[in-house]
Amino acid sequence: MPIMTDLHTELKASIIEQLNLEDMEVSDIENDEPLFGDGLGLDSIDALELIVLLEKDYGIKLTDPKKGREIFESINKMADFIEANRTK
Amino acid sequence: MSRKMYINGMASIAAQTEEDLFTENLQSFSENIFPATSVNYKEYIKPMMLRRMSKAIKMGLVTAKRALNEAGVDVPDSIIVGTGEGCKQDTEKFLENILDENESFLTPTAFIQSTHNTVGGQIALDLKCTGYNMTYTQNSASFESALIDAKLQFTEEMGTRCVLVGGVDEIARISTPFYNLDGQLKAGEINTAKILQSSSEGTITSEGAAFFLLSEIRTQDSFAEISDCMIYRNISEEKLQEEISWFLKKNDLKIDELDVVILGNNGDTRYDHYYQQLQEDLFKNTLQLGYKNWVGDYNTVTAYACWLGAEILKRKEIPQQLKLNNLPLKQPTSILVYNQYLGKNHSLTLLRSL
Repeated sequence: MPIMTDLHTELKASIIEQLNLEDMEVSDIENDEPLFGDGLGLDSIDALELIVLLEKDYGIKLTDPKKGREIFESINKMADFIEANRTK
Repeated sequence: MSRKMYINGMASIAAQTEEDLFTENLQSFSENIFPATSVNYKEYIKPMMLRRMSKAIKMGLVTAKRALNEAGVDVPDSIIVGTGEGCKQDTEKFLENILDENESFLTPTAFIQSTHNTVGGQIALDLKCTGYNMTYTQNSASFESALIDAKLQFTEEMGTRCVLVGGVDEIARISTPFYNLDGQLKAGEINTAKILQSSSEGTITSEGAAFFLLSEIRTQDSFAEISDCMIYRNISEEKLQEEISWFLKKNDLKIDELDVVILGNNGDTRYDHYYQQLQEDLFKNTLQLGYKNWVGDYNTVTAYACWLGAEILKRKEIPQQLKLNNLPLKQPTSILVYNQYLGKNHSLTLLRSL
């Protein structure tokens, strides 16, 4: 049974709003679904939007963009990273 | 510009639908700024691409794809776009972000999409067209500038066979109403259908896109030609009459052989005299059409006027609600589009049937 926290839901809602994923609901995104490529289908411009989202909403400044590949792999990975590094 | 360009496909989006135009069902508006009609963009654009697009990009891409589809062309050799003000909606979004976030946390999407050449770029991305791609921003002569460049593409023997050329402009929530401040738009109660009879300054504005697939060689899909196009930055009324006569003469046309003139009257008493003088003199025996009271005036509205002229040549039918005089006409074969805005950027575009 996957663990679904408020952070997971909040992240999904933020991604849908920030990336204008029209016609998509929170329930349409799986926690372990890949965000890029074959999963949700996000692209490099979306990656830049997600970096800004991390800094704006959680006070995390991503200094090494290469880390993004791992952090933005799925909602689960993002939530774990935020929990461990958030400053707000 | 004297060599012909053949129109093999075209499409437009404006404040009126094509169906309403030819069924005498045009709508009037009570605001001085009104939007283009809604289109089911999802039929033409993938949802993941569509989510980032402002209306100018959506209208431009859909009309471009429809024009290509009509011409049976997958990828054109060149893409040339005219836009007076570009992607204003994303420009506003980006500027608002700067203010709201105190110049930090700026996201890239709105900025990337805010430049004037975004429409041409997005069309190229969608079509995977790596050919010549140019955007002209010359106020109310933007579309005509694009047309002249299209002609140059053929003239300079660069191997260009077909060019996608169009005009697009959008309204935006904050910046379009700026036109109220310097009197470009009419104040008070508005009935757009009646603005050509108004006695006040200013006009009405809207948005739209029209694209054409043009070729130098006539094909089985060709249905009309753009014979010539000229732009005059400034010109007096007297000189204008001379230039129109010369323009027609160099295209082997006498004034009484011209079937229809599409005029850009917009109800602004300060500048409509350019049209009225021609209506009473040079074009007094020519069927005159006006359209800006139905679709508004914007920088690339002449792309719509050219679409309208070509559609009339294709259908051999005149939209009755556009008539400014009552001369009879059976078979239109030559149509002149004349436009100016605020007394500047006078342009002449000649269309002919095949």
